[in-house]
Amino acid sequence: MSVNVPIADAAEAAKFITLGMRPRLLPARDLAYGDYVRRYREDETFAELTNAVANGLGLAVLACSQQTGLVLAATDGSLFEIKMEDYSRRAATRDRRERMLHGLVHLAVAAVAYPRPADLANDSYIGRVSVEQVDAVVREACRVLDEKAAAAEESLDPLEEAPDLEKTWRVYARRPSAAATKDGRLAPDATRSMVNKALRFLAEQGFLSQVGGEGGGTYRTTPRYQVQVRELAADRAFAELLDLGVVTVTDGHGTLRAVSPDTL
Amino acid sequence: MSDESDSGSVAAAALLDDGLVRRLKALACTGPLHDLDTRKTRLDFADASVYAMAEIAFQIIDQVTITMDFDRGANHDAVIARVLPFIAAQAPDRAPQEHEKVARWVLENLINVGSVDRGFRVFYGTFGADGAYQRLAFDFKLLTELADADGEVYLRASDEAINVLIGALDTDVESAQIAAEIKLGNLIERGKLSDAQAAAQQARYATVQYAERLRRKLEATRRDVRSVDWEEEIPELIDAALTHVTARYRAETAILANIRRARDEATEPERKRRAAVLVDIVADCVKRHTQLQARLIEANAIFRAEQDRQQFSGPPQRATVDLFGQLLGPTLQLSVADAAGPAGAFFQGGAGLATPTVVRLRDVVRMLIAPAAERDDLAGALPEPDLMPPPDPDVFSDEQWTRADDLLDLADTPRRLSALLAEARAGDPALPHLLLLRVLHAVSPEIGVAVRQGDDRVLVAVDDGTRLEDPEFGGADLLVGLARVSDESQQGAVA
Repeated sequence: MSVNVPIADAAEAAKFITLGMRPRLLPARDLAYGDYVRRYREDETFAELTNAVANGLGLAVLACSQQTGLVLAATDGSLFEIKMEDYSRRAATRDRRERMLHGLVHLAVAAVAYPRPADLANDSYIGRVSVEQVDAVVREACRVLDEKAAAAEESLDPLEEAPDLEKTWRVYARRPSAAATKDGRLAPDATRSMVNKALRFLAEQGFLSQVGGEGGGTYRTTPRYQVQVRELAADRAFAELLDLGVVTVTDGHGTLRAVSPDTL
Repeated sequence: MSDESDSGSVAAAALLDDGLVRRLKALACTGPLHDLDTRKTRLDFADASVYAMAEIAFQIIDQVTITMDFDRGANHDAVIARVLPFIAAQAPDRAPQEHEKVARWVLENLINVGSVDRGFRVFYGTFGADGAYQRLAFDFKLLTELADADGEVYLRASDEAINVLIGALDTDVESAQIAAEIKLGNLIERGKLSDAQAAAQQARYATVQYAERLRRKLEATRRDVRSVDWEEEIPELIDAALTHVTARYRAETAILANIRRARDEATEPERKRRAAVLVDIVADCVKRHTQLQARLIEANAIFRAEQDRQQFSGPPQRATVDLFGQLLGPTLQLSVADAAGPAGAFFQGGAGLATPTVVRLRDVVRMLIAPAAERDDLAGALPEPDLMPPPDPDVFSDEQWTRADDLLDLADTPRRLSALLAEARAGDPALPHLLLLRVLHAVSPEIGVAVRQGDDRVLVAVDDGTRLEDPEFGGADLLVGLARVSDESQQGAVA
């Protein structure tokens, strides 16, 4: 970029980015923010300047619109990156099984929020998730896998000396969905508690907003979450799966559905 | 037979294996119950040997299974309250508080509260696909804890537990129930009421199991209406279930009339009482059928309501990843080690930004002037941990054992006990005591054990009539020597 930009514009771009870092602030509610979004979309130089400033900070601009505001993502090793250790102190001290389960729960939340590929693509779609739904959907998937394994008459019991080779769905299915500690509180490592933690965390990040308490807590998604999942998270996870050589081809109509009776 | 190659014998082993693994797993499911009785002596709050823990465990599983209905199971306190009379019958002279503690202990052990998964894990051995022996882990649960819509935790019995109870989960539920009912009808005609009670109870368990399966089906329907085949599949299913309910209802009403007559006609008080119990059980079965029927009738309405609620948006505009089919499903099928990659990547991408917080004066002031949150003085009851008594401390240190070994490592010549004691006393005043004990043990050495362990020498002490002159100890001044052990003759000769 060889255009000379006024120094004042650099300050404006930086200010715009700080607004984008407040996850629950929306352009519709803040006049200045709305102006910046409009300028970003109309003024190419300002857009490039904003992108450059963001890159310098270790951020990438995922999207910018009146509905979502400026959606930023942390690049690898960035100061703004959220580490699993910060997310769950328990996951930091325990083995990778715990981290894996937390990641899986986040994946399941997104899968329930956007059950069909079309929902993820449709900008006006608003998903609803509840703690109960997320846990139930994963458990159902685990049960179907269990029945498939039973039908194939495979023994999937893991080797005594290699517990990490156990299938993920078995680990999830075995974890209790809710458990009371001896003094009557909910145990934090039960799956419903993990889902609840994930939903509350996403709400704090401005990705979900709570609409009620039924089903253990019901939330609706925000356009910001849609962008985050569509533009970044899903691609990253997909790339990891590609590296492992796991490619699943679907027909584009979504595969999350009620099961047929012969698997019940 | 001798012509059979190695592969033939491996295939035969694999055939045997299947049944073997099933039996090993079934055996493992009873393990926790046996375990209760072996561990009860270690309880510190009471002398629990009078309680038959396995019986209490069966009572608890029974109570949980019986209270399992459509929406939820039993909560902990209700189950405890129901088994208390039974525990009180086992030990009527103990305090009610102790009965409750025992009940809670058994319940917690059935859930296995201490473990992360709240289940049990046993290892078993089997032959792998390549014919090699390998050790595998089998996980199972007896009671599981679930949360209902209000977030309250309640209990359900697992399939394994129902298996332990009824022992016939593999068979078709419906036919098992019909068989049980025919058996019941016959028994009542012949007047064998106590057998009839067992059969009626079994019929009730089968009913509960059937209801549980239907509950799952309805729940799946309610969760996602979109791709369920409501044209043929589900109506057929509901029809079949309704037919079943009608048939059972008719059969059980007939049986009920039959037993009522038996009850009214019976003159012997014991038989009359049993018939009355039976009437209650069958009435409960009928109630359960009615409940099931009500749910079946609601199912269609649920479908229509869900369809209205789930009005769908327009056709897709662009292709994206299918989160469930392309990400969650494949990830679930990976091993734990592999799944950490995609799951972690999704979390990193989907969690958003961590914004470092900077202290602002405004916030500090607000924090300082905020009224202090009121707290209770007491933070609730502290759970009492189950502790095992520590092992007894060793009387003699490792160093003392080594020195005693050195002293007793006699080359060829046997020595007098007095000489050994004197030498030991010179180094350590406590050592003679250890030495004496070891020499006394050598008066009658365990030759058989030495041979099994493959020792080639054993310590032998012989009394030749000399008296021991010692300030601390009295008795015979033994001759101590090493004897060679040879396994053919199994005899030792004093060297």
